[in-house]
Amino acid sequence: MNWTDIGHIDDIPLRGARCVKTPGFTIAVFRTGENEVFAIENRCPHKAGPLSEGIVHGASVTCPLHNWVISLESGQALGADEGAVQTFDIRNENGALSILIATPMMVAAE
Amino acid sequence: MTEKLVIIGNGMAPGRMLEHLFEQAPGRFAVTIFNAEPRVNYDRIMLSPVLSGEKTYEDIIIHGDAWYETHGVTLHRGDRIVSIDRTNRSVTSQNGVTAAYDRLVIATGSNPFIIPVPGKDLPGVVAYRDLDDVGAMLAAAEMGGDAIVIGGGLLGLEAAAGLKARGMNVTVLHVMPSLMERQLDPAAGYLLQKALEDRGIKVICKANTRAILGDGKVEAVELDDGRRLPASIVVMAVGIRPNVQLAREAGLAVNRGIVVDDGMLTSDGHIMALGECAEVGGQVYGLVAPLYEMARIAASHLSGDKTPAFVHADTPTKLKVTGIDLYSLGDFSEGPDREEIVLRDASAGIYKRLVLKDNHIIGTVLYGETSDGAWFNDLKKKQVDISGMRDTLIFGQAYQGGAPLDPMAAVAALPDDAEICGCNGVCKGKITSTITGKGLTSLDEVRAHTKASASCGSCTGLVEQLMALTLGDKYNPAAVTPMCTCTDLGHDDVRRLIKAKGLKSIPAVMQELEWKTSCGCAKCRPALNYYLVCDWPDEYADDYQSRFINERVHANIQKDGTYSVVPRMWGGVTNAKELRAIADVVDKFQIPMVKVTGGQRIDLLGVEKEDLPAVWADLGQAGFISGQAYAKGLRTVKTCVGSDWCRFGTQDSTGLGIRIEKFMWGSWTPAKLKLAVSGCPRNCAEATCKDIGVVCVESGFEIHFAGAAGLDIKGTDVLGLVKTEDEALEVIVGLTQMYREQARYLERIYKWAKRIGHDEIRRQVLQDTERRKAYYDRFVFSQKFAQVDPWSERVSGKDKHEFKPMASVGYGEAAE
Repeated sequence: MNWTDIGHIDDIPLRGARCVKTPGFTIAVFRTGENEVFAIENRCPHKAGPLSEGIVHGASVTCPLHNWVISLESGQALGADEGAVQTFDIRNENGALSILIATPMMVAAE
Repeated sequence: MTEKLVIIGNGMAPGRMLEHLFEQAPGRFAVTIFNAEPRVNYDRIMLSPVLSGEKTYEDIIIHGDAWYETHGVTLHRGDRIVSIDRTNRSVTSQNGVTAAYDRLVIATGSNPFIIPVPGKDLPGVVAYRDLDDVGAMLAAAEMGGDAIVIGGGLLGLEAAAGLKARGMNVTVLHVMPSLMERQLDPAAGYLLQKALEDRGIKVICKANTRAILGDGKVEAVELDDGRRLPASIVVMAVGIRPNVQLAREAGLAVNRGIVVDDGMLTSDGHIMALGECAEVGGQVYGLVAPLYEMARIAASHLSGDKTPAFVHADTPTKLKVTGIDLYSLGDFSEGPDREEIVLRDASAGIYKRLVLKDNHIIGTVLYGETSDGAWFNDLKKKQVDISGMRDTLIFGQAYQGGAPLDPMAAVAALPDDAEICGCNGVCKGKITSTITGKGLTSLDEVRAHTKASASCGSCTGLVEQLMALTLGDKYNPAAVTPMCTCTDLGHDDVRRLIKAKGLKSIPAVMQELEWKTSCGCAKCRPALNYYLVCDWPDEYADDYQSRFINERVHANIQKDGTYSVVPRMWGGVTNAKELRAIADVVDKFQIPMVKVTGGQRIDLLGVEKEDLPAVWADLGQAGFISGQAYAKGLRTVKTCVGSDWCRFGTQDSTGLGIRIEKFMWGSWTPAKLKLAVSGCPRNCAEATCKDIGVVCVESGFEIHFAGAAGLDIKGTDVLGLVKTEDEALEVIVGLTQMYREQARYLERIYKWAKRIGHDEIRRQVLQDTERRKAYYDRFVFSQKFAQVDPWSERVSGKDKHEFKPMASVGYGEAAE
């Protein structure tokens, strides 16, 4: 596992998200209205909608395709829907963001 | 044979009398009404909510135009009666209309009392009696500044609260030592004063006005002690005087009011009087409950049943200022033969006082917590001996019998003849039996059938509890569907409050309207963003993060996360240069699918998000702008070829379609808006299933609206026929703006129109040309800020972050 720098918190709009691309998949990095940051897989458990394109409210995001609501903290679908996405540890050091990703995942691209 | 009934005045009392009369003796009278005010019968008690912005004039109309028509009533609006000829039994109006009567009812109401000080006639000094007064206050509030309200009674305080809600600095001047001294004892008056001051309303008691100052208009008020208070408007609300001049000139018996017996008959056997102008049993009345009682009795006597007689009853007083609960009833002055029970809870702001005489309640003052008012009133009316429950009486009905009951049980315990609605004198039994008898399930139905909660509305909570008790699970109290789980307010309330409170940002809306979540949800945020864009086009800064992805990146998201791109093709017309540019873009970006849309343009499907700005740049080079195929806004104007080519075409439908599209593109609407123009009734552009359509005919342009061809299929209705293209454009734009301002987010025109009524829409945008012009002008103003091509903005660098990943990790090793 490695802490990998991904940029600064100001690169993400408030109540918005940006993507971090990896060879295997895309990670969506969110910044909430309270300035908390979260990283989850950019793929809705329902029909693989890009969660980074959803509307962010509180510590959740609503998927743009079919309005599933996903908790940014747990990755779990909220309400009546069932499913979960992978979450990633994210570190915020004075605005500098880094995420913890497994090394083999990155090597897999080679 | 029908008798001629003439009524002077069109206020709430004669309106109610007619309702009873038409029920009891339908067809017996041919009714003619003369109204000095230029409008229909509306609910005067609700002027305060109109002033504060919680309601509109339309909300408080009691009898709309249709009602007069249905009942064959001739209504002369804005025409005052100037004389009564009792010998020949006729009345004559200011405009010279003479009407003969068999029975005459005088309901001239009252006039505001204007204190005779210098400056009382200056422009800017208003009373608080009718809608015109409210109009004058609203106009003053638009300018802001200082408002002085003279009079600290019910009306004065409601006016003050309304003006404060509209953003003015308000000072109340009251001549007595404490507010509302006729209804409240000094302790409750003090609490009330404090509550008003906490809201930023200044209160000066023992304030004697010496003069109103100003040069050509109001500028200040001078008090006896020499103080001068600046004012741009002065509201006089010091009392009312029965309006008896006409009756006096006609030689009827008049004291303070027009003297009537307990059957509402004046000293002339053909003439009755009721309402605020009437004096019965030596008393005149100003609250609605006794006036409605007079109406009931007058109707009964007119229809031949002379048994009912007017009996005096105390009426509770309530103040209609949101957030201040106050209830007062009966006699609460002190005396050697009286006792009192008082409960004070200073921190909770509660004060309750019962005045007893010989173990009976004779007066009640409740402040801060008023739910037991009805119960105390009931005990007083029935003269119940309270000695058995004296120790717990002040805690209210719920505490009788030892254990506190829940509020539902308290309502359940009320006897059938307990009065629920004070304004209309409706008791519990009447409400419950009507609910069961007529199978009512909604509050509006209960209002319509029983009148309970239909006037001031302060008993609405009680009525709802009764409905819940009577109907059990069948009653759904949320008659208004909330916008989402973040609020209890419905879309209409939110829209109204945004305007009334001048809320200009999403955080302001959430703060002021007490949102239950910190920053809303995916349902309410886009709706609020739209309402704010629509209401404050020049001041509101669009909240990008509250837009659905399509409106954020100006393309339609597809199931695989790619996007579709639709350039605008005005009226569906294109040319070789444009088609070549599109072909080049398709090749360059290897766009997998090209398709013609139902709106007569070309859709490029499967574009990667990162490619969007480059695609737009190339399309922009060829002169294309965004087709907004993703927007809750104007989409397309579909056309046929019209008179330029078609042998049946009657007008230039293509030209008109392009003109409309060029005028309206970029505008945001509650839901998508699709238009079409057909050149003849063969209707090749399919205009009769669009939100708005035009069907050209030889004599002009038939404007259609409220069609649907999606989830629902519905042909349009005809709005009307206009002669010129200019008129057609103005009507279409006026209709669109009305829809923009009134509909709920995501509500298509056909659903909105069904809710509002097609006739009402026709009236506002077709018949009322002035109103249409105002809608049109507001649309044009808003277009100044809306007609910016979002594609070229983004090609120039706006929202750059949106189209690039923040970082790419894990590729490093592979690349090396």
